[in-house]
This record gives sequence, C-alpha cells and structure tokens, in this order.
Amino acid sequence: MGLKGRDVISIRDLAREEIDELLAAARRMIPYAEGRKRGHALEDQILVLAFFEPSTRTRLSFDTAMQRLGGRCVTIADPGSSSIRKGESLSDTVRMLSAYGDAIVLRHPNEGAARLAATVSDRPVINAGDGAGQHPTQTLLDLATMQEAFGTLSGLKVVLLGDLRFGRTVHSLAHALALFGSQMVLVSPPQLRLPEEVREQLDHAGAKVEEEEQLHRALRDADVLYVTRMQRERFGDDLEFARIADSYRVDTNVLAAAKSRLIVLHPLPRTVEIAPEVDGTPHAAYFRQASLAVPVRMALLSLILTGKAP
Amino acid sequence: MRELKVTPIKNGTVIDHIGNGLALEVLRILEVHELDKDSTVSVALHVRSSKLGWKDIVKVENMELSPRKVNAIALIAPTATISIIRDSKVREKRSVSLPDRIAGVLRCPNPNCITNHGEPVESEFDVYRRRPVTLRCIYCERLVDEFLKLLR
Ligand SMILES: Nc1ncnc2c1ncn2[C@@H]1O[C@H](COP(=O)(O)OP(=O)(O)OP(=O)(O)O)[C@@H](O)[C@H]1O
Ligand SMILES: [Mg+2]
Ligand SMILES: [Zn+2]
Repeated sequence: MGLKGRDVISIRDLAREEIDELLAAARRMIPYAEGRKRGHALEDQILVLAFFEPSTRTRLSFDTAMQRLGGRCVTIADPGSSSIRKGESLSDTVRMLSAYGDAIVLRHPNEGAARLAATVSDRPVINAGDGAGQHPTQTLLDLATMQEAFGTLSGLKVVLLGDLRFGRTVHSLAHALALFGSQMVLVSPPQLRLPEEVREQLDHAGAKVEEEEQLHRALRDADVLYVTRMQRERFGDDLEFARIADSYRVDTNVLAAAKSRLIVLHPLPRTVEIAPEVDGTPHAAYFRQASLAVPVRMALLSLILTGKAP
Repeated sequence: MRELKVTPIKNGTVIDHIGNGLALEVLRILEVHELDKDSTVSVALHVRSSKLGWKDIVKVENMELSPRKVNAIALIAPTATISIIRDSKVREKRSVSLPDRIAGVLRCPNPNCITNHGEPVESEFDVYRRRPVTLRCIYCERLVDEFLKLLR
C-alpha cells in the first residue's frame, strides 16, 4: 500500500517488503547524506520536530536528514518552554502541530504517546521514542548497518548481548530480525533476560532463538554482536554491577574467538560495555551504524512525504 | 432443576452461569446503585450448576445492559449467559463473548501509559490471546491478563 502518508509508530507497522524498500532507499541516500550530491526532494516541506524529552542525536539526525533533502524543520526541543507545561494535553498540541507542518516526529516520555498522536494528527507521525516503548527508526538503522556489511539480513546469526529486558531497541530489533529469518542468540545476566512475552512473540513468529550463558560460545560463527547498555540502576549495588558489567564486557580478547567478518553494533552512547581497544578493529561497526542515522531517516522522510526516494 | 429461589421478575436482565464467587464483581460492573429505587436486585451466590459445579446468578429488574457492560462481564465472567426478561418471559438469551476491541472498560495498568496522563482519550485494548484471555493496550502495547483491579 506504499509508505506515503503512513505513520511509523512501531517496527511492527512495517511489513518486510516495506523495510526492504526503506533500506534500499537509504543506500541511495548515502551520497546526499554525505553532501556529495545535493537533494531537492523535500523542498517546500516542513517537518515538525516535537521533542518532549531530551535527545540530541535523534533530533539532530532528523533535522539534518530533512535539510539534506532541501526541506525545513520547526522544533520544540525544550518542553519546559512550550504550552504543554501549561497543562495543554498532548492531543491538543499535536492537533495544532499537524496544522503547521507536513509530518511530525515525536519524542515523548510516556509510552503510547506516538500512537495517540497518530490518531489525532492529520499528518503522518514518526515515533522517535515513547518512554520505554518503541523507537522504530533506531531499528531501521541497526538493520541498515547489518545489510551494508553482509548484503542481506536473511540467515544471519545475531548475538544480542546485555540488557535484553528493559532495552526497547533490542525488542524491536528482535522482531525485525524474526521477519527476515535471522537466527538470534540471547546472552544476558539472569535479571535482564528477554521478557517472556517478547520471547513468546518471537517463537510465535517462528524465529530461531536460543539462549547462551557464555558469550564466547555464543560468538562461535556469529555474524553480528549487538551490544546494549546496562544501566547501573538495574542492579542492587555497585559491586554487583561491576562484576556483571565486567563479565559481559566486549574486548579484543573476547573477539579473538569470533569470525573475522563479525561486526559489533551498539546503539550508543556506550559506557563500559565495549572496550575502546575494539574501536580500531575491523569488527567495530558502531560508528558506521551511528552515521547511517541520517541516510536512513532521509529515506523514511522521503518515502513518507512523497511516496518515492531519489 | 428450576432454581427460582428468588422472586421472578417482570422486566429485566438475568445474568446466569457466573463463575463461582464473581457475582459481586458483576454487580460492580452493573452499577446497580444507579437503578431506580423500585427495582429489585437479587443475587444468588454458590448455587449448584450442572455445567460449572457451582455458580452465581444476578437478576436485576428494569435494566438492560449497555454494550460496555456486556464487554466488561465477558472479561470478568466469561462463562456468563445473559437473558432478557420481558413480561416475565425469557425473550433473548445469549452467552457473552469477547469482542476484538475493548474500549473504555479497563484502565491500562502501565502507570506511564499516555492513557493514564489526563489525555481526552478512552483506554482501548485489542485481544492478544483468547485462551487464557490476554489483552494488549493499543497505545503502550502492555499485555494485561488480570482485569478485576482495572475496571473503570
Ligand atoms: N421471570 C423470571 N424472573 C427471574 N428469572 C427468570 C425468569 N425467567 C427465567 N429466569 C431465569 O433466567 C435464566 C434463563 O432462563 P431459562 O428458562 O432459559 O433457564 P434454563 O432453562 O435454566 O437454561 P440454562 O440454565 O441452560 O441457561 C435462568 O437463570 C432462569 O432462572
Ligand atoms: Mg439453568
Ligand atoms: Zn497502555
């Protein structure tokens, strides 16, 4: 049915073919994203960036994406100064914003905020994170990085490491990997295991998922190691955190057991999960992943606003 | 066995085959305090039932149920049957069934869900699984399988 005019709230809103279309468009956007070609596809279009929660990377990459295609943005970046603090409901704010711009990108502290925005907005809404909920464009750029490295997403063996319980990016990513028939290996401390309901949905979708306690064993013939941030707040005390963080830390020693083509991804910012010594190895793909944020968001904006991508 | 242990009613609704011990919850859903004061409400707890072993029955005079109430009963007491009595006769009898979408009946248990933050919007769930019944908030996607505490 095409992506023009569509809301993108959860990765589940996208069919496999649509993700393929987006990733192909993102590849074509790279020269524009790097400034080697000049884009005009979104001239005369205005994107509303409504950020009711702090975010620098996501907001700036949407802003850059829009401008690289000749479009413009209007921004709420400081919720403290906007009328929402004066008691206006999100529904009313979004109705107003949808009269100003051609599409809305929303980041909000409450789960379900983007879905609600989509029901009241006349213009397409893109979810840029709703509390502990969804963040579908992050998943798209995770997938774009894997696809760039391997030329395909099917049949990859992907190790998901770290906080698999609270990390929203990992749930959406797992769902998408299931769509593409990748194999997943879950490695996490016991208190941060993938929630039962997410696991159930993956099994239901026929995904190949296994759990493994030992990272080095999980890494055997893996193609991708996806590392998530572990938050200190999730642990009883600093000592326990330090012990666990240490046993899941990715360094050159751990990677010695991996295939030479294995790539390491991380949604960034990282703290202690990946040792800086990994940065210089061919495994490090997390900076590439971060730089694909712009072409991926260009592709999405272009397809949603115009139905095509240059 | 005819179980007219309570006064027959002329017009009203009989909710029969309520799971044992759930009649008081059904009364809450019915908001019987809103009935006019000439209407009788009879409740039979712990009645022998060939199908269920034990069951509860609720009979309310002069009330027919809104779809919202029927949906709430379907969630709390999925085995219930609802009979509409007119002129002392059973005019209509059906078992409750869960619709695909349930709006305005339950609040979302996720305190951080946007529907719990003063927005002018009804809560809404779709059916994630029918057996055992599990609903999913269409906003925050939280799964819900306990409903009593969440009734609006
Ligand atoms: N006039 C009435 N006043 C009060 N309750 C009534 C009246 N007529 C029927 N009922 C009750 O309504 C329900 C449905 O009536 P019905 O005669 O169909 O019951 P039944 O033969 O026991 O059927 P089943 O138990 O299989 O639903 C029963 O619980 C019955 O006791
Ligand atoms: Mg009977
Ligand atoms: Zn909710």
